[in-house]
Amino acid sequence: MSVQATYADPLVIGGRSFTSRLLLGTGKFSGHAVMRDALEASGAEIVTVALRRVDLSRAGEGDILDFIDPTGFLLLPNTSGATTADEAVRLARLARAGGMPDFIKLEVTPDPRYLAPDPIETLRAAEMLIADGFIVLPYCSADPVLCRRLEEAGCATVMPLGSWIGSNKGLRTRDAVEIIIEQAGVPVVVDAGLGVPSDAAEAMEIGADAVLVNTAIAIANDPVSMARAFAMATEAGRLAYRAGRAAPRREAEASSPLTGFLGQHGLGQPSLGQHGLGQPSLGQPA
Amino acid sequence: MSADAGRFAAELAALDTTALSSYSLGVSDGDVDRALGAEHLYPRHVAALLSPAAAARLEELATVASERTLQRFGRAVRLFAPLYFSNECLSTCTYCGFAKDLDVVRLTLTPDEAEAEARLLADRGFRHLLLVSGEHRVAVSPDYLTDVVRRVAAVVPSVSVETQTWSDDTYARLVAAGAEGVVHYQETYDRTRYAEVHVAGWKRDFDRRLASTERAADAGIRRLGIGALLGLAGDWRADVLAVAAHASYLCRTYWRTDVTVSLPRIKPCASGFQPVVPVDDASYVQALCALRLAAPDAGIVLSTREPAALRDGLVRIAVTHMSAGSSTEPGGYSHPGESQEQFAISDERSPAEVAAMLTAAGYDPVWKDSFPLLPPTQARVDNRGTEVKRRAQASAF
Repeated sequence: MSVQATYADPLVIGGRSFTSRLLLGTGKFSGHAVMRDALEASGAEIVTVALRRVDLSRAGEGDILDFIDPTGFLLLPNTSGATTADEAVRLARLARAGGMPDFIKLEVTPDPRYLAPDPIETLRAAEMLIADGFIVLPYCSADPVLCRRLEEAGCATVMPLGSWIGSNKGLRTRDAVEIIIEQAGVPVVVDAGLGVPSDAAEAMEIGADAVLVNTAIAIANDPVSMARAFAMATEAGRLAYRAGRAAPRREAEASSPLTGFLGQHGLGQPSLGQHGLGQPSLGQPA
Repeated sequence: MSADAGRFAAELAALDTTALSSYSLGVSDGDVDRALGAEHLYPRHVAALLSPAAAARLEELATVASERTLQRFGRAVRLFAPLYFSNECLSTCTYCGFAKDLDVVRLTLTPDEAEAEARLLADRGFRHLLLVSGEHRVAVSPDYLTDVVRRVAAVVPSVSVETQTWSDDTYARLVAAGAEGVVHYQETYDRTRYAEVHVAGWKRDFDRRLASTERAADAGIRRLGIGALLGLAGDWRADVLAVAAHASYLCRTYWRTDVTVSLPRIKPCASGFQPVVPVDDASYVQALCALRLAAPDAGIVLSTREPAALRDGLVRIAVTHMSAGSSTEPGGYSHPGESQEQFAISDERSPAEVAAMLTAAGYDPVWKDSFPLLPPTQARVDNRGTEVKRRAQASAF
């Protein structure tokens, strides 16, 4: 039985509701057919495609978009390759003119080596795109203040990086992402760097609303199985988060603590809140 | 070193690639281990990877290089085609089929003819074209070159240029015309050997050439191509070390810029030039492995100079960008055999055949990986001061 069958737990982005909390990227696959099969196996409902890879003149002749069923997935075009806000905005407008949805994954990465997002240009592009009516999902550094500013600008999510794109290093930014999760009023999608399913589970366990994975699936020996594994881990992590994990302790503890009596007869009980943050919220505010 | 030497020239002088190359001849297995395990490679690491000790462990080298390529570039290989638009030349380079004094058929395409070649290549699937010419600053003037770039940029989203070097505002004009990349191979980083093979013409100026990539980057070119022609100088290790250092310098200095590297080997051509020390296939694979580990984020380009079997093997190890179905004579796609080619190609498969090979090998042949750098229908002013309206792009973005 899936989590979703247990209780409703939709992910809401830009007014649309999604069941899956795993978003997929489409780069680096060995071919479009295996990419399509991996998308299928992942259960993802949101799929991002680099506009620089799309060739509308080849529609129907094997272009990447021919392998993504627009009725089965929300196609999330991304501005990968843009090095300035102006380039990103122009790409987004071209995508919309080409008949794509108003959703845009904003990527402004002037540094081709680490593909580190430019915080200043990303915020500037977000402001322009939101004024233009786009629903903006920005890839950004794991910077709590930047995420606040992007949310204030009207972004539909924030998408802090777990580690550098394609690095497969996992959730190296965990401490910062925890703060971002604590502060965010929009869904937090951990994007980039998740290398194995347990990384995705870790992000979900600490309260991320979703994860976006690409390289780890695309370059696996068996991308379809890896996609399925990430789906299971994402779901497991979410379920664990909602279940409310017990705080880790340094030493073994008897299952009947000496202070158990305090819970009876109306006596006070120590708080079980996580990291002083209180209980995890159940679902995003609509 | 002349006054207009680029900033990398000083770094190259300090590096002493000859000494590093000698050092590599005596490195131990332990040195190779350390180089293979290093996250960031220093020149001594690169020298260790080029050593005879590393040559004995080529499969291991290839495995590590292959993993690095896969992680950074995925299971994808970018395809492009060279578009030769002129073989006229004012330089005399002893190894080149376009050299000034050679008695060969000379041709410079009109802008209309160049655009027709671009359309033909676009019909074959290409969305990235490399415009190539000899070095003739009159036949291929900045005005003419800018015009050709503008026309071709209206046909495909990605245009790179491999022509002579420029010291005026030409690079800035190429950027404004829509050029994404500039390619200048140093050929050899050995000054003495450079002077021996570049007998006359602008190309004879080593420092001017070396500085040109920096000038192109300063002008806003986004993709820089560098490389060395292996077989030109006696010490191939020294040239590979220099290419790695040059790539590293460019990546550090122009952090917004993509860098690609290439190590073409000398091919038979009208010059009749014979390589001093031919670089055998195993050494060639070793050189590309070392380059991959030295510059993990640099695209590695392999042309049709190399035979099919070697190209097919190298995409699994280090190569990320390939040309296919190439003609190296001006106008050779529309009218093959009417002019002089620069060199003979070895891989004569069609673009579709190369793409099919990549698919069969488990790689996605990527035709389009960029977007036009200029707005598609914006009215602009051309280099003669006339307002021009760009045609609607075949490819919307």
